[in-house]
Amino acid sequence: MSQIFHHSTNTFSRLSIFGGIFILAFLVWAWAELNASDYATRAKVPVEQPVPFSHEHHVGGLGIDCRYCHTSVENSSFAGIPPTKICMNCHSQIWNTSAMLEPVRTSFRSDESIRWIRVHDLPDYVYFNHSIHVAKGIGCTSCHGPINKMPLTWQQASLQMAWCLECHRHPERFVRPRSEVFNVTYQPPANQEELGRKLVREYKIQSLTSCSTCHR
Amino acid sequence: MRIRPLAWMSLPLIAGGVTIGCRQDMQDQPKYIPLRSDNFFADGRSARPVPEGTVARGLLRADKVFYTGKMGNDFIDRIPFPVNRDVLLRGQDRFNVYCSPCHGRLGNGLGMIVRRGLKRPPSYHIDRLRQVPLGYFYDVITNGFGAMPDYAMQIAPRDRWSVAAYIRVLQYSQNASINDVPAEMRGELPSQNAPAAEGPKK
Repeated sequence: MSQIFHHSTNTFSRLSIFGGIFILAFLVWAWAELNASDYATRAKVPVEQPVPFSHEHHVGGLGIDCRYCHTSVENSSFAGIPPTKICMNCHSQIWNTSAMLEPVRTSFRSDESIRWIRVHDLPDYVYFNHSIHVAKGIGCTSCHGPINKMPLTWQQASLQMAWCLECHRHPERFVRPRSEVFNVTYQPPANQEELGRKLVREYKIQSLTSCSTCHR
Repeated sequence: MRIRPLAWMSLPLIAGGVTIGCRQDMQDQPKYIPLRSDNFFADGRSARPVPEGTVARGLLRADKVFYTGKMGNDFIDRIPFPVNRDVLLRGQDRFNVYCSPCHGRLGNGLGMIVRRGLKRPPSYHIDRLRQVPLGYFYDVITNGFGAMPDYAMQIAPRDRWSVAAYIRVLQYSQNASINDVPAEMRGELPSQNAPAAEGPKK
């Protein structure tokens, strides 16, 4: 009985064994990349808001401190979205006839909330707390990115667990002096690791990586 | 092994079943997180306004002097708790966050927002404001004055007193003469009339 397949098809069969492994590996890799991509996490996509509020103007241009509007960031899990009254502190006098700000004035007159769109929407099974991060020397821009350069606000980080753990495992790479937490132009010094280790000791920062730290 | 046609045909069903199971219920639980909207209430707010007259535990404002800055009808001219360096630093911190946008870091009324068109507040260094009692500053922060809105929502009562104390510090500093500096430390001062650093915070 003669052979069904020609001798040269052996090469094909070897190739397909290798190919099976590599194609599978490639697919897994591609899936992981796609899952962590800005497209999937919606990072770095400016979010349309009822009023096109610019952090670039208010923070970068005018130098207003984060806490002027986000008043509860030091005491609460939630940084606080300013009530319309805080907008009106200045905008009752400045740009007070601008059409762009009409929703703000309407809200102030009618006592109805402006329906801002949440930019950082963590899954509901994650319990993030702003106050502890701020108190332990994690700067606003470490997570929120160059907020002073955002004409419309976007989410800078992926907010995926791998991203959280990056810092929870190695806080010394990100911690900064408490006095610099709200400094939006802070650049880590060349000796960050050394300074970081010192601050981790000084601020008694624990590297918390157990599940129940965030998932309760 | 030969796979039966029935098994092949059920594959799309299985795939469909798997993806139908992909829901976001854990991500979006039916609970209130801060400022989440909810149609249950007519105004859409899950954070309900506090009914008038409600006093939260620990927030009873029984100490009238502390919470109004007044003894009877007169402003008090002291801080109603011991003032130390930490209190002044806290005052400086709060002042720079909430007051300096208009009043300027030196309290001269030339903050960034004023330069952008807000009505200029008086400098703290005029005689009238150097004479007013400390309770006056507490009262203005709490209730606003003239074109200035109140900051009751943004600055806690104790911090308002710290800010009042820090305003005094600014007043002393801007009206100091070389004679107020101990002789042995005068050499450490920068040259006379050096322009004061003022500008947008880095």
